[in-house]
Amino acid sequence: MSKKPKVAFFDFACCEGCQLQVANMGELLLDVLGLIDVVEFREVMSEKWDQSYDIAIIEGSITDKHAEERLKKIRERSNVLIAYGSCATIGGVNGMKNNFKLEDIRKEVYGDRFNYFDSIPTKSVPQTVKVDYIVTGCPVYIPEFVKVLKAALAGIPYYVPDYAVCVECKLNENVCMYDKGVTCFGPVTRAGCNSWCINNGNICYGCRGMVSNPNENGAKDVIAKYKIPMDMVVNKMNMYNKCRENDKSE
Amino acid sequence: MIKVSRNISINVEYLTRVEGHGNIVVNVKEGKLETCQLQIVESPRFFEGMIKGRSIFEAQHITCRICGICSCGHTLASIQAAEDAIGFIPSKQTTELRKFLLHMENLDSHILHIYLLVAPDLLGVKSFVPLIDSHNEVVRRALRMKKVCNDVCDILVGRHVHPISSIVGGFTKLPKEKDLDAMLDHLYLLRKDMDKTVELATTLTLPHFERDTEYVALVSDDDEYPMLIGDIGSTDGKSVNKKDYKSVTNEFIVPHSSAKHTKWNRDSYAVGALARFNLNSNKLHPKAKEVASAIGLKSKAIGPYLNTAAQLVECVHSLEEGIRILEGFKKNGINYDEEVVVGLNEKGTIPVKAGNGIGAVEVPRGLLFHDYEVDDKGIITKANCIIPTGQNLNNIEHDMRKLVPEILDKSDSDITLMLEMLVRAYDPCISCSAHFLNVKFINR
Repeated sequence: MSKKPKVAFFDFACCEGCQLQVANMGELLLDVLGLIDVVEFREVMSEKWDQSYDIAIIEGSITDKHAEERLKKIRERSNVLIAYGSCATIGGVNGMKNNFKLEDIRKEVYGDRFNYFDSIPTKSVPQTVKVDYIVTGCPVYIPEFVKVLKAALAGIPYYVPDYAVCVECKLNENVCMYDKGVTCFGPVTRAGCNSWCINNGNICYGCRGMVSNPNENGAKDVIAKYKIPMDMVVNKMNMYNKCRENDKSE
Repeated sequence: MIKVSRNISINVEYLTRVEGHGNIVVNVKEGKLETCQLQIVESPRFFEGMIKGRSIFEAQHITCRICGICSCGHTLASIQAAEDAIGFIPSKQTTELRKFLLHMENLDSHILHIYLLVAPDLLGVKSFVPLIDSHNEVVRRALRMKKVCNDVCDILVGRHVHPISSIVGGFTKLPKEKDLDAMLDHLYLLRKDMDKTVELATTLTLPHFERDTEYVALVSDDDEYPMLIGDIGSTDGKSVNKKDYKSVTNEFIVPHSSAKHTKWNRDSYAVGALARFNLNSNKLHPKAKEVASAIGLKSKAIGPYLNTAAQLVECVHSLEEGIRILEGFKKNGINYDEEVVVGLNEKGTIPVKAGNGIGAVEVPRGLLFHDYEVDDKGIITKANCIIPTGQNLNNIEHDMRKLVPEILDKSDSDITLMLEMLVRAYDPCISCSAHFLNVKFINR
């Protein structure tokens, strides 16, 4: 096969920081570009492509009807679709909007003229179309993105680690944040980021989404042992993971 | 030759090489300009609403996610507003490190804009991708320079996109001696690439177009080029305390934009590198002053395309200032007792009181405001963010209204390109402001 796969980047509601992570690869980016043919990438390219895509990389959450229709059309034209970054994979911080009555939050920001701007409750990409690969994280962790891209190019599956951030954190020999007196989401959050935030002295905010089978009893013990108010935990969980509720309601 | 009395309809949907989603719509009927809009079609994300009811100690973590390119800038504006609200005064060391972080982001963002977003237009290609073959060394240099800024941010705050260790109260991790050495090594090496960048820039020509407007940026009484701390100043001679920022921004809603518009002493004003240069060029690092005079940039410069030239000057300034700050830390050392563990302030590490606080910080695209009200438990009851691109939108439309009649003898595609380049010159960040670009020509 001499023809390089056609790859396109699309952005929905997000900060575009995950796209920027691609530019932040440095000269490694040129190696990646040697393997693929990037046909659309609006943030850095004016070129457009009107045929099908071998791989479509989707960044951002779905927050209005227009976006939902646009994403469905991209899915129809794409062989492989990758949800890229937490806004796409789990709804991310855009999900916090769903903590409020939609009309109230629209009025809060845009006043009486809120009707100028369409908005629906936030959904993730997998809650909207079929997804083949997931690169989670806010922002994405570049080594993991490269792994997923390789898997997608080779046509083999990639599994996001389904164990807690604590596993990586222990290997990195960090002092537990609970022992430092603060609440950390590492115990219930999917690993794969190499405990990025805790390595830098901060807590885990749960940006990669929750493990599929969180140790609820263990978490309850920790919450009780360190006397953490439950509303604080729920509030924190809702920072990145609010869109989980969309699955329950369906 | 097309007659000037013709009709023009330009409709650029989803303008490229800008951050976020926007359209340019221009409609000229029998040589008369009827519509000239920069439509902001970014989906609103309601950040100001979302952070209501959350802890002030989460504010910077959430609001930095308004934008991936200037997330360090949002972090610092958010922290400044939060600390102002609860009455916390950061240490001198913390303030110096924050200034350093702001310089690194300024450098990183300007390099991305100059090389990857603007240069393709000046070299007549659609993106940096064709340049990989035609200008390989230039592309490699750009990516290398970007990576250096990125690596320095990785060392200081964990990463550039959504920094980790910079929080209300200070830093959760302070750079070790070897980290200072590593950052300095990176920046010393960057000097060579910066010289080559200046050399390249002198061979490129920016489009010529002038329109006098009001430029707004931080100003201060000392001899420092203000980025983190200052009053709000105007080239029309006024200055006000940051507490009175609303008397500067005077936000209003227009139906074609999910980002609000602003104006102060005139119909519109501009913020950004050119505004900072126009107000504070006498305070630039001597090396940056040399570059400004080499490329012929003088205050007050009134051409919007010159913003890219001002960014180049600021790159040199931010690099040299960054090195100066780090060399200071090398000499005087870092006080590691200042490392903080705060989380959600579960332990009450930082005293909290009810209040209102304003952050006014110069980020790559211009002056950024964060404004929070908190209750006595440190819970946010009201939030307001005013973004540089939002402040520039109105000014861009006024530029377009003067520019279009001046270039009516050009082809549709040339007019479109000039308009796209105009918008790009402001380095707009639409994700930020909608809380942006695409050109529509309706029937010319």
